[in-house]
Order: sequence, then structure tokens, then C-alpha cells
Amino acid sequence: MADRYIEPDTPELRARWGNFAWTEANAAKAKEIVARYPEGRQRSAVMPLLDLAQRQIGAELNTQGWLPIPVMEYVATYLDMPVIRVVEVATFYTMYNIAPIGRFHVQVCGTTPCMLRGSDDIIATCKARGMKKGHTTADGMWSFTEVECMGNCASAPMVQINDDNYEDLTPERMNAVLDALARGETPKAGTQDPARHTVEPVGEPTNLVAMMTQNHDYRSEW
Amino acid sequence: MALADKDRIFTNVYGFQPWNLKEAQARGAWDDTKALIARGRDAIIDEMKASGLRGRGGAGFPTGMKWSFMPKQPPLDQAGNPKPSFLVINADESEPGSCKDREIMRHDPHLLLEGALVAGFAMGARAAYIYIRGEYIREAETLFAARDEAYAAGLLGKNASGSGYDFDVFVHRGAGAYICGEETAMIESLEGKKGQPRLKPPFPAGAGLYGCPTTVNNVESIAVAPTILRRGAAWFSSFGRENNKGTKLFQISGHVNRPCVVEEEMSIPFSELIERHCGGIRGGRDNLLAVIPGGSSVPLVPASQIWDAPMDFDGLKAVGSGLGTAAVIVMDKSTDIVRAISRISYFYKHESCGQCTPCREGTGWMWRMMERLRTGDAAIEEIDMLQQVTKQVEGHTICALGDAAAWPIQGLIKHFRPELERRIEERLGGIAVAAE
Repeated sequence: MADRYIEPDTPELRARWGNFAWTEANAAKAKEIVARYPEGRQRSAVMPLLDLAQRQIGAELNTQGWLPIPVMEYVATYLDMPVIRVVEVATFYTMYNIAPIGRFHVQVCGTTPCMLRGSDDIIATCKARGMKKGHTTADGMWSFTEVECMGNCASAPMVQINDDNYEDLTPERMNAVLDALARGETPKAGTQDPARHTVEPVGEPTNLVAMMTQNHDYRSEW
Repeated sequence: MALADKDRIFTNVYGFQPWNLKEAQARGAWDDTKALIARGRDAIIDEMKASGLRGRGGAGFPTGMKWSFMPKQPPLDQAGNPKPSFLVINADESEPGSCKDREIMRHDPHLLLEGALVAGFAMGARAAYIYIRGEYIREAETLFAARDEAYAAGLLGKNASGSGYDFDVFVHRGAGAYICGEETAMIESLEGKKGQPRLKPPFPAGAGLYGCPTTVNNVESIAVAPTILRRGAAWFSSFGRENNKGTKLFQISGHVNRPCVVEEEMSIPFSELIERHCGGIRGGRDNLLAVIPGGSSVPLVPASQIWDAPMDFDGLKAVGSGLGTAAVIVMDKSTDIVRAISRISYFYKHESCGQCTPCREGTGWMWRMMERLRTGDAAIEEIDMLQQVTKQVEGHTICALGDAAAWPIQGLIKHFRPELERRIEERLGGIAVAAE
């Protein structure tokens, strides 16, 4: 299990987050989310609502957002469920940040398929820029985590930064992505190999060549 | 013979064309779905059974048979009302090496949505929940948008596709727990709890989501269904060997010249898959060390045994491994094989849900032992001790995560024991020299 520690419940934390409430837009969204589940099964919405709360806090703080205890309590009240059940969920799933986090969450995949393709070098690249695993840089910009398989194995190594994946990395490409983010730009997501589109055999199309240029309908050949 | 493009189901797997409804329909998705449904529940299930499709999520259970386990008459709740049934689609693709469902969801989501309707109808389900892993953020956005398109076009919802059948599809995002790919953990998670697997029985077909009859299917199993029904079971079963029919998305990562995702016939020999689509092993065939042919959970296979092996359930079982999700992790001779497996042990330590003691304690113990073997900081007897511990974890947990953590280590000991011993002896030799 992952070693994660919840941010302690203090009077200062309560003073800061005790009056958390949905923004108008998120209130409507929360209602729509709860409606996805059968009546009386509103607890099913706890995961999407925690994500929504984390994103709202992230927007407020200009970071990736996190979940202070009072916010978990707010979600528990909203869904009419015990607070501990919400805390359990928030601590069990690794995508809920249970402690403050930086502006960019740099999540480098280090599992075997990425490791074989050179994720060690990508991690070293991050460290060379002053990032430390499990920490946020002093300027609050970069939080760095080595994560488990992200499902981009055919375009490894990869990093997920906030909501986007950057794949087919080399140290140079990783630096280029981080530099662009630091400048406030939005680098192109997906593969960083200029010759590659997504997960095709790069440079040597072995199948579905007709699809490359037009939306081909193969049914006439059946 | 190579699979022809016309026989590929996922024609937009590389995303060269838009995923949207209009383009998907031009490629053949949602083509008279009403007629497929008009065949009736039994006819659809019979066709799926005849196609020989085995579940694409790893275990390889026959899909048609799984659908037939759903009750024909809904069970009654305490108030005497019939319970609804649910289809849960497992899009929690987290097995290291696997990256196929992602391509389906971001490039051909309408195949999945149409499959959800057809499969949901065949098992009498009221709704489908697609449980997509939390890290697939953009993929989930595409899936939400595709679902909205399908609703707007009347393909899903009330009187879905004009079939007279009401069917809803909902997307539920996970939040970063590998274990939720286990079907009962997924159901727990959908109910808003920690994703800890349930004891079986009762099986989900009897009491699953909200205590109602539920079937959990992999994305690929569901997404291929409409095409199988259109082209017929005989077409699908014309690919692959007996008991291993059909086409399959293979995902090749690691030390090949061109890693890729590609749809191929089942039973294609490993060598052909690699030579045709991946440009061969990095540094040539002689540079191949070992292959993990089905995602991190299956034991590795050394180069000599994998080269001619047919890539299917039975062919890989015969070499002591498994097809799993067809996530082929290739390792050449530059690989630190002990570290590669140790990293997988760390993965299982990280992802153990903590419910069963053998797994919660065992995965951490096995990882720490693997780290010592990596540097040779161990005694020769400890290799046997590790082997014993893997046997004590395997089969003694509620779900298969304990087994999945044990098998890669067993595979390493079976095939690379001399390498483990060499590291220990080398280190001991080093200490002896230093002492002199």
C-alpha cells in the first residue's frame, strides 16, 4: 500500500476551509453527477464529487488542488453518508491529494515497461531541475511523484502533468515540456516524437495505411 | 498470413481520423443497431458463443457464456419488485504493459458504446456503467462527449436506436487504484467504497452492483461484439486456433525497434508479431533475453521458448505463462532482469488493497527480498525461501492480486536462478577479497 499521510485537522485548517461550498457551476455539476446513480444510491457519487471538490480548490489556489478534512465533511453531508466513509475513499485512491500540492503535478511512470525504455533518465531529468520525489519545490510550482503504470506502455517513457500525458520522452523532450510549462505555454500533449502520431509503428506503417489520409470504410471489401 | 485491414475491427485505432459519431458511422459503427437487437437475446448470445470470443481482460472466460449467466427472470427485492440488472464495463486498464482499451476509448469510443447497448440488451441489463481509470483523463473526456453524441442522436437512452429497448450508459471515473480492475472491487468502488474485492460466491451475476445481477466485461470484449454480430460468428472464428479464436489488440512495449499497438489474429507466432509490426528486437533476434507476454502478472518466458510460441491462451500456457491482456513486454540482453521483476514486485506492493494479510504483508516482503537479490545481498537458501513464500501468498487471498504478485517472481526463479546465484556469489567473493 502507498505511504500517504493525511493533512492534520487543525483550527487553522478549519478556519481556512470550514465554509467550503460548491461554486454555482459546480453545484449544478454535482447535481448532475448524483443523478447518474439510482435513487438512494447517491453514495456512488463520492468519487466524482471528491474529484470535483479537488478541482474547485485547485482553481481557487492555482494548484492541482487537494482535500482538507472540512471539505471531505462537506461532501459527506452533501451525500448523507458518514464522514469516515468519505475519508476512507479519499485516502484509498491515490489521485486524491490529501495534502497540499503544487501548480504542476509531475507524475513520471516508473513501472517496468517505462523503466525498460529509459524512465530512469526522465526521473534524473526532474531531479536535476530541483524536484524531489514526494515533494513540492519551494516556489510551489512542481510536485514530483513516481507513479505506477499509466497505460501508455507502447509510447513509453511517459509523464502525466496535470491532465495531459507526454509520451515517447527523452531527457531533451522532457526538458522542453517542462520549460514550456514554466513559461506558461501549453505544450502539445501526447507523443513528443515529431514523426509519430499516436501508437502506430513509427516511420513504418504496417497496417491501416488507408486510414492515414482519409476516413476509409472497409465494409465494401468484406 | 497477415490479418488484412478489412478484417480489423478497430480501424481507427491510431486515431488518424476523428472519433466523432459522424465519422464513426461512416466507418460502420451504429449501422442499423436496431436490426441486431431485433434478433433477440438468445440469438445474440448464441452467436457470441459460436464466435469463440474469450474475454479480453486477461482471464479469457468465454464472453457469450458469461452473458448467459444473467437471470432471464429478474430476482425480486424484499418489497417484491423486480431488481434491475447492470452491465459494468471494465475500463480500469492498469496492468503494466496494457494500453489497448485507451486506444479504443479515445479513438473509437462509439464501437464501445454500441457494444454496451447490444451486450446490455442481450443480458437484460437496465444500464451500463463504464468504469474508466482515473488517470485516463482525456480519454474520459472523449468518452463523455461520445456518449452525449449518442444520446443526442437517439442511439442510447429511451427507445435506444429505435429498438424499443430503454438503455442508459454512464461513465464513472476511477481515482488511481489498480485493484479496481478486479470485478468485485470495481463494484465496491462504483458503490462509493474503497475498492476491496468481495468474497465469491455470491457471484456478480447473482448479486453484484447494489445487490443486483451484474456482469463485468472488459472494454475490448464489449467493443468487438457488434462487429462479430454483423459479420457472423464464422468470420470471427476463422482467425486463430481452436479454443483461441478471433482478432486481438496486441500491445508491444520494451526493447523492440518500434513499440506499437496492433490488431492481429490470435495465435500469431511471437516472432511474426515482432518482425512484422515492431521492426524486430532491438539489436536483432540474438539480443532477446526474455518476454513477459501478457502483462506484468504473468511469468516471463526466456527467449528460446517464446520465439515460435503462438500468441494465444493455450500456446502461452504451454510455455508456462499466459496471454493475459496480450501486453507483450520485450526485454533484450541489456536488461537487468532482476530489477525488472523487482520493479513489478514494487508495483504489487503499492497496489495491494490491504484486505488480506498474505498479500498485504507478502507483497512488501517479496519486494524487499527481490531488492536484496538484485544486489546479491542474500544467501543462496533465501532463493528457496522466497519461492516458498510466493507459494504461501498464491491462492490464499480473496482476489488474484496475490497470485499476480507471486507469478513473476516464480517465473524469474524458474528461468534465471543461475543469475540470482551469480549475484550472491559475486558479492560474497567481493567481500572475501576485501577481507584479505
